[in-house]
Formats: sequence, C-alpha cells, structure tokens
Amino acid sequence: MTATDADLQPTRSFQGLILTLQRFWAAQGCVILQPYDMEVGAGTFHPATTLRALGPKPWKAAYVQPSRRPKDGRYGENPNRLQHYYQFQVILKPNPPNLQELYLDSLRAIGVDLRLHDIRFVEDDWESPTLGAWGLGWECWCDGMEVSQFTYFQQVAGFECAPVAGELTYGLERLAMYVQGVENVYDLNFNGREGDEKVTYGDVFLQAEQEYSRHNFEAADTEMLFRQFRDAEAACRAYLKAGEPGADSNDPRHRMAQPAYDQCIKASHVFNLLDARGVISVTERQSYILRVRELAKACGEAWRRTDAGGLAGASPAGEAPAA
Amino acid sequence: MPDLLLELFSEEIPARMQRRAAEDLRKLVTDALVERGFLYEGAKAFATPRRLALHVAGLPARGQDVREERKGPRVGAPEGAVQGFLKSAGLASLDEAKIVSDPKKGEFYVAVIERPGRETIDVLAEIIPAIVKSFPWPKSMRWGAASREPGSLRWVRPLHSIVASFGPETETPELVPFAIEGVEVGFTTRGHRFLAPQAIEVRRFADYLPALERAFVVLDADRRKDIILHDARDLAFARGLDLVEDEGLLEEVAGLVEWPVTLMGAFDERFLTIPPEVIRATIRANQKCFVLRGAPGPDGRERLANAFILVSNLVASDGGAAIVAGNERVVRARLSDAAFFWETDRKTRLEDRLPKLESIVFHEKLGTQAKRVARIAALARALAPVVGADPALAARAARLAKADLVTEMVGEFPELQGLMGRYYAAEQGEDPAVAAAIEEHYKPLGPTDRVPSEPVSVAVALADKLDTLVGFWAIDEKPTGSKDPYALRRAALGVIRLVLASEARLSLRAQIAAAASGHGRDAGAFADDLLAFFADRLKVYLRDQGARHDLIDAVFALPGQDDLLMVVRRVEALGRFLDTEDGKNLLAGSRRAANILRIEEKKDGRAYDAAPDRALLTLPEETALAEALRNASAEAGRAVATEDFEGAMRALSSLRAPVDAFFDKVTVNADEPALRANRLALLNALRAATREVADFSRIGGEGR
Repeated sequence: MTATDADLQPTRSFQGLILTLQRFWAAQGCVILQPYDMEVGAGTFHPATTLRALGPKPWKAAYVQPSRRPKDGRYGENPNRLQHYYQFQVILKPNPPNLQELYLDSLRAIGVDLRLHDIRFVEDDWESPTLGAWGLGWECWCDGMEVSQFTYFQQVAGFECAPVAGELTYGLERLAMYVQGVENVYDLNFNGREGDEKVTYGDVFLQAEQEYSRHNFEAADTEMLFRQFRDAEAACRAYLKAGEPGADSNDPRHRMAQPAYDQCIKASHVFNLLDARGVISVTERQSYILRVRELAKACGEAWRRTDAGGLAGASPAGEAPAA
Repeated sequence: MPDLLLELFSEEIPARMQRRAAEDLRKLVTDALVERGFLYEGAKAFATPRRLALHVAGLPARGQDVREERKGPRVGAPEGAVQGFLKSAGLASLDEAKIVSDPKKGEFYVAVIERPGRETIDVLAEIIPAIVKSFPWPKSMRWGAASREPGSLRWVRPLHSIVASFGPETETPELVPFAIEGVEVGFTTRGHRFLAPQAIEVRRFADYLPALERAFVVLDADRRKDIILHDARDLAFARGLDLVEDEGLLEEVAGLVEWPVTLMGAFDERFLTIPPEVIRATIRANQKCFVLRGAPGPDGRERLANAFILVSNLVASDGGAAIVAGNERVVRARLSDAAFFWETDRKTRLEDRLPKLESIVFHEKLGTQAKRVARIAALARALAPVVGADPALAARAARLAKADLVTEMVGEFPELQGLMGRYYAAEQGEDPAVAAAIEEHYKPLGPTDRVPSEPVSVAVALADKLDTLVGFWAIDEKPTGSKDPYALRRAALGVIRLVLASEARLSLRAQIAAAASGHGRDAGAFADDLLAFFADRLKVYLRDQGARHDLIDAVFALPGQDDLLMVVRRVEALGRFLDTEDGKNLLAGSRRAANILRIEEKKDGRAYDAAPDRALLTLPEETALAEALRNASAEAGRAVATEDFEGAMRALSSLRAPVDAFFDKVTVNADEPALRANRLALLNALRAATREVADFSRIGGEGR
C-alpha cells in the first residue's frame, strides 16, 4: 500500500470515507453524481432523489450533498452541530431485496467490524412536509449512535412511489468521528496526512461555521429573503406554465420540470433562512411549508410528464417508448 | 394431534408494534380456524424485531365429515320439479336418490349429500395468505420491484420469508401449500443477524424454539425482558448501585434485540450537577439506556450514579468493550449538550425570556403565550386570597410559569416543562413558593396525579385552567364525543380537584366572568354551558368516588349552585340523611306530596304556591304539619345560610312524624274547595321546605 492509499483509509481521513463509500456504491451499479449546485437542507432535495424517485424507471445513484440547516449553526462552538454538513446519499429504485445487507456491507467497507459493534435498526418514519413525501424505515445505530437513515419511500411530491425506492443517508461527519475516534467534529482529519501536511475539518470549515452562524442568525437580509421567496415561488409557477406542451402540439411532454424544481428548492432554503432569523411566527410557518409543498407537488406532477419521469417509459425498461 | 408452526420473517419491526402484532396474528388465525369449525388445544404467539411467530397446538388433521339429507318432490312429480331437485342436490339422476314413504304424504325422493371434512392443511393454505395480505399493521408499506404494480403486498417492513409447517409430532410435518409473490415459503428461517446469519431448517415448534436459541434468538419477549431486568439488577448490585426501573423503556429495549446483552457504561461525574430528571430524560429518550441510583447525597436526597445500563444485541468478540466505549461517547456528547443547555439557560433570567413569548401563538383565536401569561397572572392574583396565597407571589409565579418554554432545555425535552422552570427559578433566587408553583401549575394532570397543596401553586394552577377553559368556550372549541384536543375535560377535573383539596370557596360563575373579561369577552353567552360542563365533570368525579349521581343532580337543580365545595358538602350531607330512617320516610312523604300536587295542579290548571291559610286548618294533624313546616323551614334556612348542611337535614328530619300523621289522617281532596286548596298549599310548603337542601324530585333510587 502506498502512503496515499493509507491516507485515504476511511478510518484515517474524511475524504477517504467519502471515496470508500463512492467506490462501494459504484460497484453496486450506482451512477456517482456530484453535489447539486444549489443550497439544500438535505440530500433528499437533490433532483436525483426527489424527482427520480417518481415514475416507473429504474434508477441507482449515489452522491455527496452539502446540506444547510441555518438553525443548527452554533458559531463553531458546539462539537457536534453544524449549519453546513455533508450527507452521503444513495438511492436505489426499485429497492433491491437485500438492501439491508448492502448497507451493512458498506459499513464493513468503511471499517466497522460487525462482530465488535452493535448495529441496530430503530424505527424512524421519515416525513418531509415541504416535499410532500414520506416513507418508512429506521435510524441505523452503531453502538447507540445514529449513523444513517434508511427509508423506503412511499410517497414523493404527493405521488405514490411505484416502484418504491430505497434511500440511504449517511451522516458523514458523525460516521467519520466514529471511525476516526474523534470527539470534536473540528478535529477530524480531512486529508489523512499527519504533521504539517495534516488538514483538519476545522481548518476547512470552522471559520465558515462562525461566519454563516452570524449571517443566519443576525445578518441575513430578511426583506430581501421575503422578496426572494415570493420571486422563487412566482418563477416556479411561471416555468411550470411555460413548460406546458402547446395547444397545437401532439407532444404531451412537459418541457421545464427541472428548472421549475430549482425554484422550489430555492424557496425552501430561503424559508429555512427566514426561520433561523426568527421572523416567521408559528402560524405563518405552517403556511410557508404548505406553499413550498404546493410547488414540490406541481413540479413532481410536471416531472411525471417527462421522459425521465416515465411518461413514455411506463412500460418495463428496454421496451420502445410508445408514440 | 397436529400442530401449526407459522413464522413471518421480515426486516426490523418497530418495537412498539411487536406485542400487538403477535396478538393480532394469534387471534386472526385461531378465529379463522374456529369459524371454519376447526378447534384447537392452545395457541401462543411471539415477536422479535425480525419475526412474528405462532404455534397452534392440537388441531385435527382434517375437519368433520358432513352428512345432509335433502327432501325432494314426491314420486311421479312433474319433470320440472324433478330436474330442479337433481340440480340443487348435485345428483346425476334419480337413481342416486332414495325413496322414502310417509303415511300422510306418500312416497317422495330424498337426496343424501355427504361431504368429507376438508384437510386442515388446505384450510390453512387458504387462511394464512389472506391474513398476511390484510394484516392490521398501524402503518404499512410497499417495497421492491413488486411495488411497481398497484395492490402489491403491504407489510410493516419488507417481508422476506414464511415458515408454515403443519403435521403431527410423530411424522414429518408438511409445508402448508400457498404462495405469496416475492416471499419465500418453506422450512427455512434465520437466526441472529450477526451471530448466526446462516439458514436454519425448522419443521415443528418443539425444534424451532431451541434451534432459535442456538442461533442467538430469544423468541419470547417476556423472557427477553426478564433477562434484561435481572442482568441489569445484577450489574447494578455488583457495583453497589440501584437500577432505576422503567417498564416502558424495558418493553421497548426488549423489542430492539433478539439476543439481549446487558452492559454497563459510565459518564464523567461532573455531569451529576445537571438535574437528575434531565440526565434521565437524555439517556432514556436518546439512548434508550437505564440510569442508576447511587448512595444518597450529603443532604439525604436521592442521587443518580454516574453510570448507565445499555442493552446491546451482540455478544461481541471483545466482551463488549467497543460497544460500551461507543455508547459512552454518545452519552457524553448528549450530556455535554444538556450541560450546555443547563449552563446557558441559567445565564438568562426567566423574566428576560418573556418577550419571546410574544412571538409564540398559543392558539390562533386566543392570542400569544405572552397574552395568556398576562391573563393568568391577573387571575392568579385575584384568586390568591381565596386560597390563602400571597397575591404578589401568585402573580409573580404566573408571570414566570411559561418562561421555560423558550429555554434550550425544554426545547430539547418538552416533557421537562415546568420542572426546568422550577429549577431555573430556584437558581435565580425566587421565593420557594414561586419556584414550586412554576412546576406545579400544570397539575393535576389526570385523575390520579397529585394535587398541589401549596397555596401559590393552587392559585396559579386554578388560574391557568380557568383561563384555558373560558378561552376555548368563548371561541366555541368545546370537547365533543371522544375528541378533546385541548384536554379541556382534564382541565375542568383539575379545577374540581384543586378546589376540593384546598377547600377553596369560590363562585365559579364569578370566576368565569373574571376569566372572560381577561379574554375581552362577556361570559353571558357561554357561562351556563361551561357551568353545566363543570357539573358533568363533578358528577363523573363524585361517581368515581362512590357518590350517587342523582344526589348531585338534586343539588345542582337548586338555583345558584356554583360553589363546588358547597355542592359537594351538601351532597355528602344529603347522602348521609337519606341513609337514615327519617330521611327515607321524608323522601317518601315528599314524593307523595309532589305526586298529588302534580296531578291536582294539572287538573286545575293552576299552581298552589300561596302560603297556607292558618284559619283554614281544621284537623289537628294539619295544624301540626303547618307548625312543623314553619319551624323546619326557618331552621333549615338558617342552617344552610351558615353552611351547616347536617343541621339543615336535622331540621328536615323533624318533619317526618307530622308528615306521616298528615297523610294518615287527612284527606287532601276534601269536598270543600277552600279546604282542598289549603291542603294542597300545605303540600306545596312541604316541597318548598325540602328545597332548602335539595330538589327531592331529582332523587332516584328505591321507593320511586
């Protein structure tokens, strides 16, 4: 093993953990995607999960997604909480019958010895009110620590999933802290080097946590954000409308589901920022969530009328799409 | 006799659903068998995180044969009738029917239909898949490629395989022949996910149980609980500690493991400065671990030990060292969070948190928590003298009572509301009565919860509940049927228990009006309805205490009964009075008087409510009764005025002899109209006298 290989052991470096998971899921036939280039609250928002979970077409993907939870910022002072962190997301549609086994194999791959550690599947039903989505599954515990979420999607954007997709979400920082044996997230070894060459998670992100906590709680321009929310909502609706097939066209496909969905994502993130600034009251909160959900539903509905959404491919994969 | 072994092997079933699911499985299968005429000797169901299992013992190999005779037409009947008979009886020709002769009806055909009993295994093959496909899980899901189609199998989590074996002990049992798409049906199950993952062949229950034990699966949840409890106690004992037992947690952890391995971990002693309730809530809710009690502190108060018990699912190759270390890390992180909350929360005084309550809506139509707090404080101050509390302290306690809702700790552990407020109040040097009231103002939380006795607590608790009740009545959000989303029944019962336990004298009507004005409303529109709700709740409460509900009705029927304590005192006195001979007789007499009056007043179309005319009293019994009524009424009235209900009852008991004598000797319906009218007026006076203590017409029971 070369020095670099050793550095990239998942037990030695944060990036090694990511690379190992990517290799593992690539070997299961997943497309390895890159993070979506927008601010999202969770890996689920990536269109590779939300939109691809809809419709009949098989789909396997894995990717890292930076996730932003403005309210969870702690100015870099809490060793476990971050307003920006990484999720590793896997989606397999339909879920293979041995998905639990595959998940356990992935834990083995990152260095968790299953004869030494107590792995448990503890009930945790997942629901995303903003995405109009829910599923059943578990929190996966390793020695009492939640390291992943495991969900069988039942509904997304208000539509039944047919077939059902299995979704795995690994909390990368937590998992890395566990396999590296580190108590504080900022002490994680990022690049696996030691001495002068060592780069820690804190070197990369501590200042960002401080700055963004300040921004999220104190400075984010609420007037601008309210405006952005309204703009994103209006844009989403406008793009959905513009993407509708023309009256004179024989092509029933929707032509702009994804750009519209970007605006839904945007509205969701802006809402989270407003929430962190404490300018949304409890009653208003519900109505904002509903507004985002309406967008998500409309985007999901449009997506189902696209090729990737299965409009033409409602028949099993491989058959020629019907005209 | 043959047995059925059924096992449904799936991915992890939520702990909270397992026991119920096992019971449902047993009931559904045995009911379906009995419904088809198959009796059995015994049935027991089991659940682990990964399987439901059912053993039905002593089934017959096949059902009973059925022989039926069906009467047909007479011999020589028209062709149509014969054909109809053959068809309905399933016969090919009349040769298969026999001829029976009857002296009256002559000769006619009879078909003998014999149906052999069905093989039990075939019946099982019909029952089991139907039950699997419609199993009553509280929440179920679809999965895998099959979920592409509508109507695919639903289960609580993906169902992988089924063992369904049927047969006698002495022979090799057979596979119950059925198929469910996507699920393997056979004799194969699996052991513990990590300790014995290989396939296991099972045929009958007697082998199944030990085979699972060898494969690190304890099938019976109660045995798993026993193992955990005893191991936990032993581990604690060995360290001189005491397990804080927790049945709910025990039930849950027993549903999270197939092979319980109990281990002990520790945390830094410095965390013991955090309130013990917080430590317990943290470790229980997040980690599903038990806490332990150590030796009492120097102040004699109970103290937690810096240790916890965890239940793992693994016999680890290092004896559990890594598992303990991992759990300790998580507990440390959680307690660090809790310690951080405890530290930061105490940096802000409770009153400085109040502005935050302005942005929290209590209810859309009832305003913010801040407004609510202001109302409760005003009410508590006004109620304080009634319950013997210092008005300033009551108002202070009410003002701070909801401040902990915006602390970090209560945000994390909502179940600690009130308790944290108490801690923080004590820390910032509030009067102990104020600190106590912050915790206790939520009480009593139900019919068995403790009722606070400290006057400041009572004042705030009453104010909180009255404000809530009046508020929801004002916006017409009352409980209906089983729906009571704001727990208003509990609030009303709380008011009742608080008033009775503290012997507080208050007019509910006046308090309702006061609370309504806090809401900027006039109570006029709903006060009667809310009072009736209190009366109903009081009836339920007293009935549970063994009082007669008709006596409560009899008292509530009197005007102005809105003083709960007085109502109860009166009901008690009335109950004791009616247990005496005098009471029973007077009740009978007053009923008789009431009946006569009702009939005569109806007949004459007028009321006899004038005072009796002394000049028209002719018989000595009349005079005596009139005299006695005057005295008793006056005496009872005086006694009631001084709240001496026993005295009032005693006064009434003096009426018994004159009433008896009156009915004995005097004819009410005299021929002379003036005499009759006066006698009816006398009966009316009797009714009026008894109304000093209760409306006797509402009293039911014997002798009615």
